[in-house]
Amino acid sequence: MADGTKRDKRTRNLRPGPGESFMPLPGLPIPEATAVLLRELVSHLRQNRSQLREEWVRRTTEAKLLTAMTKEEIFNEATAVYDSYVAVLETGSVEALEAYARDLSERIIPRGVETREVVGIVLLLRDVLARSLFKKYQTDLSLLNRVLDAYEPAANRIANTVAVGFVQERERIIRQQQEAIRELSTPVLQVRERLLILPIIGVIDPQRARQLTEQLLRGIRANRAKVVVIDITGVPAVDATVANHLVQTVDASRLMGATVIVTGLSSEIAQTLVTIGVDLTKMKTIGDLQGGIEEAERLLGYRVTMVMQPTEPLAAK
Amino acid sequence: MRVPILKQGSYLIASIQSALSDYELLQLRDDLAAQVGRFRSRGVIVDVTVLDVMDSFAVRTLRAIAQIAHMRGAETVIVGIQPEVAFAMVQLGLTLGDVETSLDLEEGLALLELRTKQGGSHDGQS
Amino acid sequence: MTAKAEIHISINTDSDIVTARQQGRALAQETGFNGSDLTVISTAISEVARNIVEHATSGEIVLRVVNDVPHPGLVVVARDNGPGIPDISLAMQDAYSTGKGLGLGLPGSRRLMDEFEIVSEVGRGTTVTMKKWSR
Repeated sequence: MADGTKRDKRTRNLRPGPGESFMPLPGLPIPEATAVLLRELVSHLRQNRSQLREEWVRRTTEAKLLTAMTKEEIFNEATAVYDSYVAVLETGSVEALEAYARDLSERIIPRGVETREVVGIVLLLRDVLARSLFKKYQTDLSLLNRVLDAYEPAANRIANTVAVGFVQERERIIRQQQEAIRELSTPVLQVRERLLILPIIGVIDPQRARQLTEQLLRGIRANRAKVVVIDITGVPAVDATVANHLVQTVDASRLMGATVIVTGLSSEIAQTLVTIGVDLTKMKTIGDLQGGIEEAERLLGYRVTMVMQPTEPLAAK
Repeated sequence: MRVPILKQGSYLIASIQSALSDYELLQLRDDLAAQVGRFRSRGVIVDVTVLDVMDSFAVRTLRAIAQIAHMRGAETVIVGIQPEVAFAMVQLGLTLGDVETSLDLEEGLALLELRTKQGGSHDGQS
Repeated sequence: MTAKAEIHISINTDSDIVTARQQGRALAQETGFNGSDLTVISTAISEVARNIVEHATSGEIVLRVVNDVPHPGLVVVARDNGPGIPDISLAMQDAYSTGKGLGLGLPGSRRLMDEFEIVSEVGRGTTVTMKKWSR
């Protein structure tokens, strides 16, 4: 560390060594000395709030961080972050900070603020406050050491909390977007009234299978489908898990009053299903998609007529 | 809260309005049993559209309703099972057995028309 | 990591089953579970809560959010001081029940949830712990 104290970063020795102290955690007793130092720290930070916050905002702008936000927004957030920071030092609890970090992230991520900027500003604040402590205690090095010992673990914990909160929120948003993309790219087609087709293509992982089923079932409700054709021509292999999903999808569709026709069942796959123990008599199966659609139309009461162009008189049979 | 049962011609329609406790489900079963007998109904519809959960007890009771109605000469159709509920049911392994299901009340009535015109009682479906 | 809200629901009568699953649904929704999973969780809670009502005279359900990375999860603990289950492996087989009709409670719940653990001692009671992670 810059102040010269040694810290062995290779081993995670959780017992406080000489001169070290824990970040006060709720419920854990802390040495009275540390508590006293933290209280002093907190009051120093509160007294110098305006000045330190201004310095921090200035350095943030200099470092070209948070360029996506206006000066006013930066000031407001800076105030909130500063106060949360001090509150953590005071109470020892990061719960409020966690909530704030997530809330802040939810607001700034859509504005294009990146992880490095968020980490950057928190480290800058940590630095600004540390320097201010240096200035205050520079005449008494041993006191300075003790103050920094009390401050450093807390500051690290805060930086970590904010960064983790931001990253978690980002991941949540990414997952949401991925989900939305999957929804869009999974076709449940309505080709006729009351008839839905679900062509399944490619290898299906359990999550995708679940999503397909959910979309189909919602589609049945939205389209008031009476017949569903599930086409698995494009599915290369069917194992027990996929077979199980298929049976579940058929059963669930039937609970919603829809008849299911499964098409594209090659004889190999049919064999596999039988071997796995799937009761094929429970579902209507037809060789190809076209046949399946025709059967569906028949079930729905559409009359399928063929138009012939006679070139010769029809031979009598 | 007692489930209201409407009489529509020779059909009875039970429209569940909110989540039912076990006791209320059994009450519905007994009420339907009594009314099918009293009105000599040919068909029963139980509308479960608002139920956001159908667990093993609910399924058992619906099957019991269908059985009792059948013994008294009426066909039963369960209507309005929601997508998430249907999915949870099949994952849980719950089945309604031979009891007919339809998408909604309109479909359920159409099915009853079909079944009761076919005359007599049918066991299961093809 | 950090555990958050914890909800205790006392289970004595069948209307408590409805309460437990509605609270479970609400908590799961706050935690970020999607529609289908909300139903799955509610159903699993309904099953284990019913087991308490049917086999023990009373017990409780505890719902707890676990704020894990990257996905938070929901923990459901169902405990009772009932007679206990003499043969757990038998109880976990489908179609086993000494109660009324199909006792699909336990094996069904296990299928619905991501993690499932059951501890039971004859004469002392049963504790079922289930977890589901949001996706």
